[in-house]
Amino acid sequence: MLTHAINILLSGIFHAAILFLVAAGLQLVFGVQRIFNLACGSFYALGAYTGVSAVNAFIRLGLPHELFLLALIGAGVCLALIGPLIEWLLRFVYERDEALQLLFTFALVLMFEDIIRLIWGPSPLSTGSLYLIYGQVTALGVTVPVYNLIVIAAGLVIALLMGAMLARTRFGRIIRATAENREMSAAMGVNLRAVYVKVFTLGTMLGTLGGALVIPATATMSEMGIELIVEAFAVVVIGGLGSMRGALVGALVVGILRAVAISTYPELEMVLMYLIVIGVLVLRPQGLFGEPAV
Amino acid sequence: MKVWIPLGSVLLLVLALPQLGWPYYTILMLSFFAYATALLGLNLLFGYTGLLSFGHALFLGLGAYTTAWLTSVWGIRSMEVMLLTAMVVAVLVAAPIGALCVRYVTIYFGMLTLAFGMLFYSFLLKFYHLTGGDEGMRVLRPVLLGCDLSGMPKLSFLIGPYYYYAVAVLALATGVMWRLVTSPFGLWLKAIRENPVKAAALGVSVRRYRWYAFLISAAYAAVGGALLGPTIGQVDPGLTYWTQSGHLVFMTLLGGFGYFLGPLLGALVFIYLQDALMTMFPYWRLVFGAMLAVLVLLAPEGLLGLLTGRLGRKTVRVAVS
Repeated sequence: MLTHAINILLSGIFHAAILFLVAAGLQLVFGVQRIFNLACGSFYALGAYTGVSAVNAFIRLGLPHELFLLALIGAGVCLALIGPLIEWLLRFVYERDEALQLLFTFALVLMFEDIIRLIWGPSPLSTGSLYLIYGQVTALGVTVPVYNLIVIAAGLVIALLMGAMLARTRFGRIIRATAENREMSAAMGVNLRAVYVKVFTLGTMLGTLGGALVIPATATMSEMGIELIVEAFAVVVIGGLGSMRGALVGALVVGILRAVAISTYPELEMVLMYLIVIGVLVLRPQGLFGEPAV
Repeated sequence: MKVWIPLGSVLLLVLALPQLGWPYYTILMLSFFAYATALLGLNLLFGYTGLLSFGHALFLGLGAYTTAWLTSVWGIRSMEVMLLTAMVVAVLVAAPIGALCVRYVTIYFGMLTLAFGMLFYSFLLKFYHLTGGDEGMRVLRPVLLGCDLSGMPKLSFLIGPYYYYAVAVLALATGVMWRLVTSPFGLWLKAIRENPVKAAALGVSVRRYRWYAFLISAAYAAVGGALLGPTIGQVDPGLTYWTQSGHLVFMTLLGGFGYFLGPLLGALVFIYLQDALMTMFPYWRLVFGAMLAVLVLLAPEGLLGLLTGRLGRKTVRVAVS
């Protein structure tokens, strides 16, 4: 019974680590640019597909299989280069109505879906047996792939780094000031344009990295992006729009809830998630950690 | 006066289409009638009241599933009963949802409607014994105005009696909506869109009117869904997925949400263009995504805005919120 519970918890936390990365990107961009970027799910899918290609290329080059993680991280980080490009497009809608901004990111979702299909085709891809290359550990009667533990640790490290960056560094202060009041920070000499590019690129990288890291444990699917965006959406609503701590807590809630529901009463998996989302929106629309909605 | 001539000729063309011998394009018109009806409702909420729903596929799906449930589970096949039931069900479902949603505006309204839409989607998908799960449910041929036409071949039923029936429903829906938006009620909605605070100061109960608009738009979407049911013959949860809600908003923007007939034009262009692209190559989303991006950037007034020559940053009226 206990081992079963720990198993469920661990798989939930693994999923939460990935969700946190994507949701953190969504939060960062919403907090600073006030754009709810539906395309963050597409970044995730793009990261996953590029991750598979990078790993396959890595193996074909004859490099040691154990280092495939480097290829994944490299793919995730390099993909962030599309960030500045998309941010350049978004510049045209910063002054527009929120509805139009949302539709613009929806347009990106549609395009990315087909771009991915165009490049990688419709069939699922995977990295095969690399998932278990680091072996498994058994403790308290529970067996976990080491890879899962690596991803959980990576998620935690990134969360801590993000927290430290936001709280301690100059760039973090600028981000927080811009999120608080962009006119005022522009008046204080902050170069908004540069901040937007950096923040959006960072947000993109979190998404692509999340996609790249998940891929050894699963296979790519052409719908993975549009499916993840609704989960990331649930995370940020539960945690509170624009809040980093919210993204972490929201990801844990959604990730663990999903794992528990799948193993106990699968019919309720998604239904329960959306019920919680609606409950939070109705009772506490600012989310658990968000600023009160204006 | 000058509006009536083009409108009349379009109506004549629509009525004559089944006789022209293009059964394929005639059947596509049936989807248009369904989506156009749903979009009239969506635009009451978006264009007139200024609330962007990203979950309206819920009500479209509700209407479509009503036809499936009535025909294949209860054996009720009268189309009039189906349309009425779809409306009643939609209003009953929309009443509590709307009451919650209209407490918020802009992005929060959009998120809440999206969450409800996805809740319904997962219900359809997971409660297999009630809804058929991912396989969906069959919609049997309806009885129109008491005439049982089950002897007819499928194609001649769809491009014959059912076609004219759907035209009539759309025409009626359009007429009623026109009355609504030109009435004081429509004026209040526009006042709420332009400036909710001022509207409230003038004595308009903002939340209540937003709620009314929500209910009406839900009923319209359900009627659209009920028309769609017999057209496609098989309903599945995909009808209510969040991207479908996105497509509905896309159609509205494509035609021009600031115009009464904008959504109709948007639906028409969307459906025929999608069909044409899909037969050419499988990547229609790429083209549509690019088209939507260009629309948002350059022509947020939509096709009708372009046609009537009101393009240009200064005259662009994007007062939706």
